[in-house]
Amino acid sequence: MARRLTLTGNDAAAEAMRQIDPDVVTCFPITPQTELMHKFADFVADGEVKAEMVLVESEHSAMSAAVGAASAGARVMTATSANGLALMWEIVYIAASNRLPIVMPVVNRALSGPINIHCDHSDTMGCRDTGWIQLYSENAQEVYDNVLQAIRIAENPDVLLPVMVTFDGFIISHTVEVLDALEDKEASDWVGEYKAMYTLLDTEKPATFGPLDLQDYYFEHKRQQIEGMSNATEVIKSVGKAYEKLSGRAYGMTERYMTDDADYVVVALGSTCGTAKVVVDEMRAEGKRVGLLKIRSFRPFPHAEIVAGLASAKAIGVLDRSVSFGAPGGPVHKEILAALSGTGHQTSIVNYLYGLGGRDISLDHIRSVFEELETVAGKTIAPNEVRFIGLRG
Amino acid sequence: MSERSWKEIPIGGIIEEAGNADSYETGSWRTYRPIWDAEKCIHCLACWIACPDSSILLEDGKMVGIDYAHCKGCGICAFECPDKISALEMVLETDAAAAK
Repeated sequence: MARRLTLTGNDAAAEAMRQIDPDVVTCFPITPQTELMHKFADFVADGEVKAEMVLVESEHSAMSAAVGAASAGARVMTATSANGLALMWEIVYIAASNRLPIVMPVVNRALSGPINIHCDHSDTMGCRDTGWIQLYSENAQEVYDNVLQAIRIAENPDVLLPVMVTFDGFIISHTVEVLDALEDKEASDWVGEYKAMYTLLDTEKPATFGPLDLQDYYFEHKRQQIEGMSNATEVIKSVGKAYEKLSGRAYGMTERYMTDDADYVVVALGSTCGTAKVVVDEMRAEGKRVGLLKIRSFRPFPHAEIVAGLASAKAIGVLDRSVSFGAPGGPVHKEILAALSGTGHQTSIVNYLYGLGGRDISLDHIRSVFEELETVAGKTIAPNEVRFIGLRG
Repeated sequence: MSERSWKEIPIGGIIEEAGNADSYETGSWRTYRPIWDAEKCIHCLACWIACPDSSILLEDGKMVGIDYAHCKGCGICAFECPDKISALEMVLETDAAAAK
């Protein structure tokens, strides 16, 4: 039996955390994530969860404490945004390298400077190579569902990697939406009990954690991480299928929204996908063959699904909400180019940079992208011909 | 170089035993070698307390030597040795080797 709730994105993440009831939650406040942990702290104070909540003095310590607790065999969660994630950076790598399945909601916010508290993807895109799995969420429902699935993905023995569940600051984190949640028993059965392969506290089977690892084995350990990330693709898909059975809501690496016969496809991730779907519906009603390819898993990157989803496209508009300074286009754009490279797929690909620092993106903006795609089909677009949406000229 | 492949080792840098620092000989890192003068030593064990690599060797509560296989040559032992005693002296590793 589904429970229909009205929650903000932050509260939806906290609700999933309440049902997961991790062993340890470490936290430090930062806008726009703060309300997530406020809500979870309420659950702790009210005795609704048994989680040990560790209040630390910085995000560097939040991730360090998470690494320590996860090494001891605990199921651990934390959450952050933007500069908080930046301050964690060093330990973010260590969590992945030590193969600790920590799950962390990251509420997307522009990195300083100049200082800004609103949404873009510079924070999580900046750490796309840290070895964390990254699941992007379109709305509060997906925040809730992704957090629950992230536990199963992270702790899968073939994966054992930490997972970031990202969602757009304020646009999702502070907007109240209607969503369906699992019953508590369904959710706790879904996540099950976590049993770590090695723990610091197992005196019967003592092991050494985080040792010096030089020329002789470091490379081998990186190769293992590549394997874990590669395995994650199938695990994300199978967990998505199992979750669909439980909840009725389907999840894969991507979501193909009317792309099967589409001439013009927009590629996006996060809350902008909701806006784009409205535009696709409107233009389909006008008889235009347009579609949206939503990327849910950015790490691992769904190359096969991208190629399949763009098969019919004569022109593709790739929307990036962060800059890769000095590179030809944004991070999503480069991945799309790489995915199509060598496939023989002839198409025109245009990169659009939008929404930095929370700059709004409207239905009209996305409609103008589709209209431009109609005019560029068949033309060769240089990768560095980046268009800007909503920027004053 | 060890020869096990990435498929044969535990993930995450785990070593499936504890206390294995003993099998990792860090003595080759040394630039300065502590030289112990048994005649001067009063066995106060200030060096033994301070040594970060557990390289001061004891027998029956008395210092008997230095574990050069693990001593990194940090010099803390010589610093901690009481000034009036000076039973530990740091000597350049190259000079110490030449003197042998």
